[in-house]
Amino acid sequence: MRQWTWREHPLGAVIPEAATADHYETGGWRSLRPVLDREKCIDCFFCFIYCPDSSVMVQEDKMTGFKLQHCKGCGICAHECPKEAITMINEAEAKGLETCAADNKDGA
Amino acid sequence: MAKTVAMVGTDAVAEAMRQINPDVVPAYPITPQTAVVEKYAQMVADGIVDSEMINAESEHSAMSAAIGAAAGGARVMTATSSQGLALMWEMLYIASGMRLPVVMANVNRSLSAPINIHCDHSDSMGARDSGWIQLFSENAQETYDNVLQAIRIAEHPDVLTPVMVLLDGFIISHSIDRFDLIDDDVAKAFVGQYTPRNSLLDAANPSCWGAFDGLGGYFFEFKRAQAEGMLKAPAVIREVGKEYAEISGRRYDYFASYRMEDAEFVIVAAGSAAGTIRTAVDIFREKGLRVGLLKLRMFRPFPQQELVEALSHAKAVAVFDRSDTFAGDLGGPIFVETRSAFYEAEKRPQLMNFIYGLGGRDLPMSLVNQAIEMFKDAGSAEQKKRIVYLGLRD
Amino acid sequence: MAIKLKELVRQKELLTGGHRLCAGCGASVAVRQVLHALPENVHAVTCSPTGCLEVSTTIYPYNAWRISFIHSAFENAAATISGVETAYRALKKKGKISEDFRFIVFGGDGGTYDIGFQAFSGLLERGHRAVYVCYNNEAYMNTGIQRSGATQFGAWTTTSPHGDSSAGKGQNRKDLTAIAAAHNIPYVAQAAVHNWRDTITKARKAFQADGPAVLNILAPCHRGWRYPMEQTIEMSKLATQSCIWPLYEVENGTWRLTAKIKEKTPLRDYMKPQGRFAHLFKPGNEGVLDLLQEFVDEQWERLQQQCAE
Repeated sequence: MRQWTWREHPLGAVIPEAATADHYETGGWRSLRPVLDREKCIDCFFCFIYCPDSSVMVQEDKMTGFKLQHCKGCGICAHECPKEAITMINEAEAKGLETCAADNKDGA
Repeated sequence: MAKTVAMVGTDAVAEAMRQINPDVVPAYPITPQTAVVEKYAQMVADGIVDSEMINAESEHSAMSAAIGAAAGGARVMTATSSQGLALMWEMLYIASGMRLPVVMANVNRSLSAPINIHCDHSDSMGARDSGWIQLFSENAQETYDNVLQAIRIAEHPDVLTPVMVLLDGFIISHSIDRFDLIDDDVAKAFVGQYTPRNSLLDAANPSCWGAFDGLGGYFFEFKRAQAEGMLKAPAVIREVGKEYAEISGRRYDYFASYRMEDAEFVIVAAGSAAGTIRTAVDIFREKGLRVGLLKLRMFRPFPQQELVEALSHAKAVAVFDRSDTFAGDLGGPIFVETRSAFYEAEKRPQLMNFIYGLGGRDLPMSLVNQAIEMFKDAGSAEQKKRIVYLGLRD
Repeated sequence: MAIKLKELVRQKELLTGGHRLCAGCGASVAVRQVLHALPENVHAVTCSPTGCLEVSTTIYPYNAWRISFIHSAFENAAATISGVETAYRALKKKGKISEDFRFIVFGGDGGTYDIGFQAFSGLLERGHRAVYVCYNNEAYMNTGIQRSGATQFGAWTTTSPHGDSSAGKGQNRKDLTAIAAAHNIPYVAQAAVHNWRDTITKARKAFQADGPAVLNILAPCHRGWRYPMEQTIEMSKLATQSCIWPLYEVENGTWRLTAKIKEKTPLRDYMKPQGRFAHLFKPGNEGVLDLLQEFVDEQWERLQQQCAE
């Protein structure tokens, strides 16, 4: 899309499609990452209703975690969680955990 | 059968609107346009048309509502004048940038200060670079005809650009004039149905209008695409004019030539002044001076090549401007465009500019005669003046 | 009908992630709560004036809305939506549209209290069926925190700075909610993002109203208010508790408080955590703080009287 010439853009700068931002990643803004402790979670969904980035994932009426593609790490969810089931950890640390997990997986 | 009526120019706008029966008409009253919205409001009240009117609380909101309604897929018309058009200025660019085929009658009136309600072209000239097509009218007939054609031009897929139909305040708007109305069914068939490209109200396909180009940098491309609509407009305007001639017997093009075949001295003018000038042309012709008139209809886009061709045999050309550019010694806007059009021409006539009629100052025959006497000597040792304020108390 | 989050989580998100509002923004929280009140099987067109929400959710070619959206300019969202709503009525009358639509404006306080005020009033006076939501963060945040008609007395902004000759904004905010109510429209309410149940209840009423409805929703902005970003909801709660932002509604002319205040807290508790009021806690500015407290007390008294059953 970025390479479109003037002949290729929709007329009048109309975006003819809804929700294209869903494909845009804002997760890279994060310095802190929310981590859910499922054991403590009571599925009150306060995190869901207070999330500015529509990033709280719910499946079959259960809070399952965060859409990290969009989560900007503001920490509102952790701050508002009545059960302290969400902690904000450093993104670098989280990435480290991911790498370890990936390494482990590779090794398995 | 066509019907001959005697009505004022604002009625000519309203009658064309009645036949078009647009979906939405947002408007705000302003002298001398008010009679258009009053008449149309009465038509709505009487159930003659089924348009929804929005009595906006300002012209800015009227044009904003026009944009909203057009983006919602409606056929939208409005009308304004002077300060009202100036207040719309911001939104004019947004209507054209969104490629919304809104049609608006602008009853030409001077811009303050000092406040003055009478005719000049400074209001619409201020909007000349706003991306709207601008068509001048000489009288009520042309006003009516232009409004009907404007719908077809604006909505043409190659164009999709808003159109402003211009008529001189009071001189046309408030003078009773005899003109012919096309039969309702013929007019309706001519304008046809409007099918929008995108609509906010397309439930299956939600769309996003007026997005922010802050980061990607596509603005330049959009503006180039917008220019394309204007580049393609002349062919469409000519085509629509031909088609209109078939149903009305009246032919419209970029401009109308009067006694131009062998003219050595040509006046270029737009709007109601053309009538007076035509009479002056006849008088001077009788005296043996080969004078002609080129009455400009299409000011935006500007028909520069055709104009140069039409004027190529002239010794001298006098451009009549009913507004000023206040750009130093540059002259009025039509003069500036005409002069610029001749830059590449091999043969360039002497050019003079007569700025007349500001704030409704009358243009009697005597002044036109005076201008012709002056510009027939244009370029000579006696006549070095290029820009003349005609009819000024000096 | 009681609102259960368990049910709301099943709804489709009409504002997607991937928009570029700041982390911890209160505006998108307000938008999401309102959109969760939209009746099912109803389509909607929303309009935003120029502002944070508009620039961040529609960065071409990325569009964060699942409903149709239009932005035209800053001062005219109410006029623009008037046009869309009228087009809807016109086209529905002609049988060109069969679906059910609602019309929403999401405007900031700049686009509502100030530059958009005339168009806002025009929309309400003409009676278009539209829900006008002001996500109120009490200053022009998009252009970098300038004072608006919604900015509180004494607050620092970049155009109401404090210095040797000034203690921040020198005027009280205007009461837009009451002004909206003075248009005698079916529904007007003041809400705040922390009380989602109250906000969604009000938004549902607004969507049901057969005419214009206004929701003035406090949506704290940590960039402009100067507090840690995770405390957006907390600030909203403190505002309500201090009664600087009481929650109420005016339904067909009847004023009603919608959230009980058990104990009205001192304004200082609300202001202390916010950098925009920090200068008021320095010696010499105590009087300003007292004046604001007086204003809030008076307003609260008056509101309680208006809401007395």
